Amino acid sequence: MPAPRSAPRPLRDIAVVAFAQTDHRRTSDELSEVEMLMPVLHQVLAQTGLRTSDIGFTCSGSTDYLAGRAFSFTMALDGVGAWPPISESHVEMDGAWALYEAWTKLLTGDADTALVYAYGKSSPGSVRDVLTRQLDPYYVAPLWPDSVALAALQAQALIDAGDTDEPALAAVATRSRAAATDNSHAQLRGSVPHGEYAVRPLRTGDCPPIGDGAAAVILAAGERARELCERPAWIRGIDHRIEAHGLGVRDLTDSPSARLAAERAGAFERPVDTAELHAPFSSQEVVLRKALRLGDDVDVNPSGGALAAHPIMAAGLIRIGEAAARIGRGDSDRALAHATSGPCLQQNLVAVLEGDPR
Amino acid sequence: MSPAASPGTSPATGPATGKEPVAVVGIGQTKHVAARRDVSIAGLVREAARRALDDAELTWADIDAVVIGKAPDFFEGVMMPELYLADALGAVGKPMLRVHTAGSVGGSTALVATNLIAGRVHGTVLTLAYEKQSESNAMWGLSLPIPFQQPLLAGAGGFFAPHVRAYMRRTGAPDTVGSLVAYKDRRNALKNPYAHLHEHDITLEKVQASPMLWDPIRYSETCPSSDGACAMVLTDRAGAARSPRPAAWMHGGAMRSEPTLFAGKDFVSPQAGKDCAADVYRQAGIADPRRDIDAVEMYVPFSWYEPMWLENLGFADEGEGWKLTESGVTELDGDLPVNMSGGVLSTNPIGASGMIRFAEAALQVRGQAGEHQVDGARRVLGHAYGGGSQFFSMWLVGAAPPTS
Repeated sequence: MPAPRSAPRPLRDIAVVAFAQTDHRRTSDELSEVEMLMPVLHQVLAQTGLRTSDIGFTCSGSTDYLAGRAFSFTMALDGVGAWPPISESHVEMDGAWALYEAWTKLLTGDADTALVYAYGKSSPGSVRDVLTRQLDPYYVAPLWPDSVALAALQAQALIDAGDTDEPALAAVATRSRAAATDNSHAQLRGSVPHGEYAVRPLRTGDCPPIGDGAAAVILAAGERARELCERPAWIRGIDHRIEAHGLGVRDLTDSPSARLAAERAGAFERPVDTAELHAPFSSQEVVLRKALRLGDDVDVNPSGGALAAHPIMAAGLIRIGEAAARIGRGDSDRALAHATSGPCLQQNLVAVLEGDPR
Repeated sequence: MSPAASPGTSPATGPATGKEPVAVVGIGQTKHVAARRDVSIAGLVREAARRALDDAELTWADIDAVVIGKAPDFFEGVMMPELYLADALGAVGKPMLRVHTAGSVGGSTALVATNLIAGRVHGTVLTLAYEKQSESNAMWGLSLPIPFQQPLLAGAGGFFAPHVRAYMRRTGAPDTVGSLVAYKDRRNALKNPYAHLHEHDITLEKVQASPMLWDPIRYSETCPSSDGACAMVLTDRAGAARSPRPAAWMHGGAMRSEPTLFAGKDFVSPQAGKDCAADVYRQAGIADPRRDIDAVEMYVPFSWYEPMWLENLGFADEGEGWKLTESGVTELDGDLPVNMSGGVLSTNPIGASGMIRFAEAALQVRGQAGEHQVDGARRVLGHAYGGGSQFFSMWLVGAAPPTS
């Protein structure tokens, strides 16, 4: 990893001013993707009083592979109400990266507001099989190593290194789902059995629920943010980094890309009080806590995190939304939000959000 | 990363005012062919990236971020391939974004990369788009049946043919115009060493005698399936000052989207395309595109889309686009050359096709287009579209830096 310079100061102040999400559920057979998404879009617009035609830029995140068809996002766009035509883009990534693209667009001054949305329906297929298609198509994907097995490799590496043990992982899962008791959108809440081994050393309780869901966020720049929101969550810094794909060339007990992204986002300049981590597996929280230097005094995943609800492609954006909502409610003054992509935390995004001083 | 790589974000430059100008200083593409069986997907993209870096005389270490695009993942059967390609593109330890806006993606990808520089997030960015169609079958990748949704009906041709027919009926264009476009583009391709189809024995009669596929679209009026990649190195003002070769400067760029299917949609000349062009012209100070723009690389996958887009982009009045084509205005030596490179009709690695248009526009204003160079090309438009004429992305590049 190259040595980072100090985090650049953004040219404009940009904030999250609204956030909405679905109730995440194991299945949503009766809903199309557009039908799942539309209530969320309406909610997030209603929070600000904006209409689609008021939005300067729209960006979404999703993957064709969950829908099982090419260009699946083109139909979702119909739900946005893209008429008259809108300035719009799409990343085939978690919605957190769509938010990053929207943030850069606002930085250029070409737009003052942005609508960001993401969605994923995991229920129609086998997520463990589908995610194997992310792997090197010539040497690794033909072996079909599934996402839980790869996470278990990482968990075992952590245990072997003395960084954690099975009871500690169970405690992460218990804490997350207890926190989700207060989150009406979460899929797994309260006392959830830790279960049998899925792939040793991970038990079903260490793994995320498979579910469908969507989320949306509105960004606004400068004074526009103050007009739209009582307590905007200012994005003080946001950065993302990727690591090598091959698991054999990575230290699975560490996350240098998360650390670098956090450094570039300015996360280490002052302590945060809250962290929303996109850690689908309990063991990944262990890695991220260390890389992001989160002490016991930081409230980690007060929403319940990805162990309580994990709509693929939206789960990272939800972390940013949850952190922003917490700032908006006055429960946090400075929060870190994190999103991940790829096997064993290959790619990581970190955003630092702050409320105005009280 | 060295501080010099991102002068826009260094404290020494003080507070920023307005957007940072964006320059293209490196362009690389592969020789496009039906099947590159000699390289993996990673090998293909690295070849184009390496050529772009060589053109800019930069190394992997000079690149701050990578923005990659391609059309649907189903075309190769690799989900979110940026994960697998991080190593091949020197992205390890860097930010890597993956854009997907259907057929317009090559253009959109370049525009997302420009925002990173214009917004002073990074100083120098590698952007790349590719498709390796030989790994799969794009026709059927586009035709997966989904309940309650309009299928594309055996690939893109079945979707677009009725709209071509509507254009002909609306404008009274004679049915010979499509073959003129194909004949021109295939001849232009002979001057482009990277083009896929090099039909040395092409004649207008051969185009007109080719089989009818989706009436009125004939076989020789359709794009091929190609393997290929295109890459560009984009940089800020300080980076451009260090460039060993002329830079192409971005004067305007925009994206627009509209729904695929709705009762009020004009498939012949979509409003999103008009709005997108108008935004680009406003940014670039173009009052009269026919007079102020020297050449155009536009996304023409089926020959009739040249006259259709000439109208949509404001180069001709409604109903008049086919007359420009018929009168030879769009020939390589015409008054408004269109698709000097041979266009999508000669080379179509789908995800890369939009970026190739953008890159060819930049090559022209840099004076580096070789045999298909348009003399004195100072301002050139690159154009891409995708979905069911739903997504549009365009940029206008110039030989001189923007003045405002």
